[in-house]
Amino acid sequence: MAEGMVGTSRRSIATGHLLLILGCVIVAFPIWYVTVASTHSLRTILNPPLPMLPGPEAYANYFDAFTGSITRIGGVSVERLLVNTTIVALGIAIGKIIISMASAYAIVFFRFPLRMACFWLIFITLMLPVEVRIMPTYKVMVDLGLIDTYAGLILPLIASATATLLFRQFFMTIPNELFEAARVDGAGPWRFFKDILLPLSATNIAALFVILFIYGWTQYLWPLLVTNSSSMNTIVIALRKMISFADADTPWNLVMVTSVLAILPPVLIVVLMQRWFVKGLVETEK
Amino acid sequence: MATLSLKDVRKSYGRTEVVHGVSIDVADGEFVVIVGPSGCGKSTLLRMVAGLEEISAGLIEIGGKVVNRLEPRARDIAMVFQNYALYPHMSVFDNMAYGLRIAGIRGEDLKARVAKAAAMLDLAALLDRKPRQLSGGQRQRVAMGRALVRNPAVFLFDEPLSNLDAKLRVSMRLQIKELQRSVGITSIYVTHDQVEAMTLADRLIVMNAGVAEQIDTPMALYTRPANIFVAGFIGSPAMNMIVGEVGGARRGVVLNGGREIALPKTKLPPAGTQIVLGIRPEHVKLATGKPDLALTVAAVETLGADALAHCRLEGDVKGRENEFVVRLPGFTRVAAGDALSLSFDKRAVHLFDRASGNRLADV
Repeated sequence: MAEGMVGTSRRSIATGHLLLILGCVIVAFPIWYVTVASTHSLRTILNPPLPMLPGPEAYANYFDAFTGSITRIGGVSVERLLVNTTIVALGIAIGKIIISMASAYAIVFFRFPLRMACFWLIFITLMLPVEVRIMPTYKVMVDLGLIDTYAGLILPLIASATATLLFRQFFMTIPNELFEAARVDGAGPWRFFKDILLPLSATNIAALFVILFIYGWTQYLWPLLVTNSSSMNTIVIALRKMISFADADTPWNLVMVTSVLAILPPVLIVVLMQRWFVKGLVETEK
Repeated sequence: MATLSLKDVRKSYGRTEVVHGVSIDVADGEFVVIVGPSGCGKSTLLRMVAGLEEISAGLIEIGGKVVNRLEPRARDIAMVFQNYALYPHMSVFDNMAYGLRIAGIRGEDLKARVAKAAAMLDLAALLDRKPRQLSGGQRQRVAMGRALVRNPAVFLFDEPLSNLDAKLRVSMRLQIKELQRSVGITSIYVTHDQVEAMTLADRLIVMNAGVAEQIDTPMALYTRPANIFVAGFIGSPAMNMIVGEVGGARRGVVLNGGREIALPKTKLPPAGTQIVLGIRPEHVKLATGKPDLALTVAAVETLGADALAHCRLEGDVKGRENEFVVRLPGFTRVAAGDALSLSFDKRAVHLFDRASGNRLADV
């Protein structure tokens, strides 16, 4: 790849680094700002300019957040919000992976009537974002009595054309002989899926899991619609609810704490699964 | 171990028939090779035996039992694939053990059976490796081991050596032959390589365009090919074919150029029959007396033991290149442009009917 690079001279390396560092600073600054703000008192935050370095109130703020002075926002603790969001994000990520793997498996490895029609049906739903079908979906959820339930939060977001497409592309790279060898060895469709396809897809699943977990974690519009009770809110919704229009009424220090807490789990997922994530994007074990 | 029999087995995709009724009875422990050019239906036939393709018509019996509607696993067969099809995430041991585990074999019995197969194929030291850590030849042996370990009634090989380099192919060929002898399992082997076919087979099925052109022992195919296709396919370099007509002053064969070749009268077809005369390059030699044919050399391939002289010929057979190849001893000094006087070994001349392509009476 060396010949593909723009240059390797000292100057171009320096320029490259400069641009990268600049990018990092721009991306990281708001996060740094939030983290810093979460360590100051409300009074300091409301008196601009806000200091650039962490303040002395970190312990007090985080203690406050966890022991309940924000319970006035809908009367729900931060832990409850984090648990809700984790369940929703995990449910969406795992559900999407299961559904899309199963449908991709059927489309690639089975010959059934209207196979391509099924594929195209799934494929064209790519063109319909959640927002377009949000009203009918809401009606269905109401009819099923799934408002204010985890199922209601998770189910409508599970079907995924993108993930199905990704798995389909991956499955198509698996030589047909492998399927036939397993058949000769006596493996039925389920065994082939479990013993051969699943282990081979491990890195793909990991990469997709990271992406989908973050997708689920940051959902805003759907959780806002489908939850009435504060105890079923996700952390993103709660954050929005904490901010009132009159600036002075908003406990900015606690908002910042909650923001940091909301950012942490996705960051942890990315950091912990980074190696798998990269592996899943660049290499396939075949 | 079992017999295998195909009775008028056919395969069609929609209205197009690609295998036009093949029948053969394979004896217990016999090694049958299906050979033919690509697209002749040989792999399809094998896959029908394996149960990977549906059988459109006809019967396939393994050990006297009709298996037409059985899944591959119920047919008691094992198959070696062209690209090996090893499970990439499993160790060599697990690859070999997978089928046995599904069959419910566990523990010591499983280990003993894998170890036995591994020892036969010299894989004992590689059992913990993953397929990607193996060379092509080793992968090939693992694929064999995976088939062997199950001790099936019939072994099926789908061009198993075509991904190996030439040297390895020769040694694996011998190994497969030895192994098959020692375990005595009925085997069907598909290849497009006629040398592989000749060396491995007890009997050969030569296929062309979905038809079994001839089923016989390698030597019988070589000495008595049933038609022009088999004659041209078996043997390397291919048999020379010359178009001609029975007749002439000496009751021999008149070639297209007007030249006459005298042949023993007794077995010649009636005068006027349009024929194709076939003679293998190795059955032509430099004439000492009166030559049968005089040709000019176009090019020479020196192989060491032999020298192949490629000559031009007037007239041809159904689009075949009108080339005439002579296999001369390696020390013969020939060069392009030389004129050669050639004589035929009359006992090795083959006569075919020009219209049907079928073999005529023996000469």
